[in-house]
Amino acid sequence: MSAASASGNVIRKYLPVYFVLIGIFLVELLLSFRIASTSKLVIVLLLLAVCSAALGLMYFMHLGQERRGLFLTLIPVTIFVLLMMNMWWSDSVRLLHMRPMGQ
Amino acid sequence: MSESEAAVHGHGALMEESPYAIPSRKFTMWLFIISDAVTFGSFLFAYGYIRVATPNWVRPFETGSVVNVVIMTIVLITSSLTMLGAVDAAKLGDKGKAMRFLYSTMMLGAIFAILHLREWSELIGKGTTISSGLFGQTFFTITGLHLLHVISGVIALLVVAMKYSGGRLTPSHVETTGLYWHFVDLVWMFVLPLVYLTNIAH
Repeated sequence: MSAASASGNVIRKYLPVYFVLIGIFLVELLLSFRIASTSKLVIVLLLLAVCSAALGLMYFMHLGQERRGLFLTLIPVTIFVLLMMNMWWSDSVRLLHMRPMGQ
Repeated sequence: MSESEAAVHGHGALMEESPYAIPSRKFTMWLFIISDAVTFGSFLFAYGYIRVATPNWVRPFETGSVVNVVIMTIVLITSSLTMLGAVDAAKLGDKGKAMRFLYSTMMLGAIFAILHLREWSELIGKGTTISSGLFGQTFFTITGLHLLHVISGVIALLVVAMKYSGGRLTPSHVETTGLYWHFVDLVWMFVLPLVYLTNIAH
């Protein structure tokens, strides 16, 4: 197989991932017109964004093809930091009013 | 011994084997990407809390903006595909094809930036600026940070393409720059729904 035809194959190989990403975006667009509740819309769109990001990471950035150690070093820690950020932000709102949660 | 072989097998008895079996350049880019992801994460969490907690939030995006965003998104995702082609062609030693894919990626990145600036100018024309309230502040900060990444990526791709063409950089450099470009695309997958799609005028 020549180098030129082999490099054309990579586009064909990842074309399904490309169309899935476009599809997820179109679903997000449709849902943004259908769901009226902002908080519900944010949660649904975030879940779909996580799916898109996972596809991008595993296929476009080839994280799925690297050693599992790289994935385990980078991704769980990042998710932990982002989740902790979620805790800090809500706590900062509580501290702003200097009162316990729920009051 | 090639760079990737050295990463896998190490340099004999002098150095330990890399635990991740990737060149240090690529691992450094991964660490940068993670730190940048946390930066964007902090901005988006702050935006999310402000957005949900603020009643009467401005929803300025009408049909024209939605069409613009659809084109921007398709352009950016397509640029990731052309970047994959560039990396693959570079690894296979097909420099001409790698250059064509790199220039396509740069062109798509530039189109994205132009469409982004057009969106900004329309909003500014309607009186929404960075100092015109919570929406303006969060919108221009987050999209501005992303636009800065896109423009930096186009410049980085241009520099890498020119040096790769001249034989001063290797396919490994193209691959590392490609990682950054895919990350820019990945961030847009969060910026788009949170900043644009939750603010469409109904």
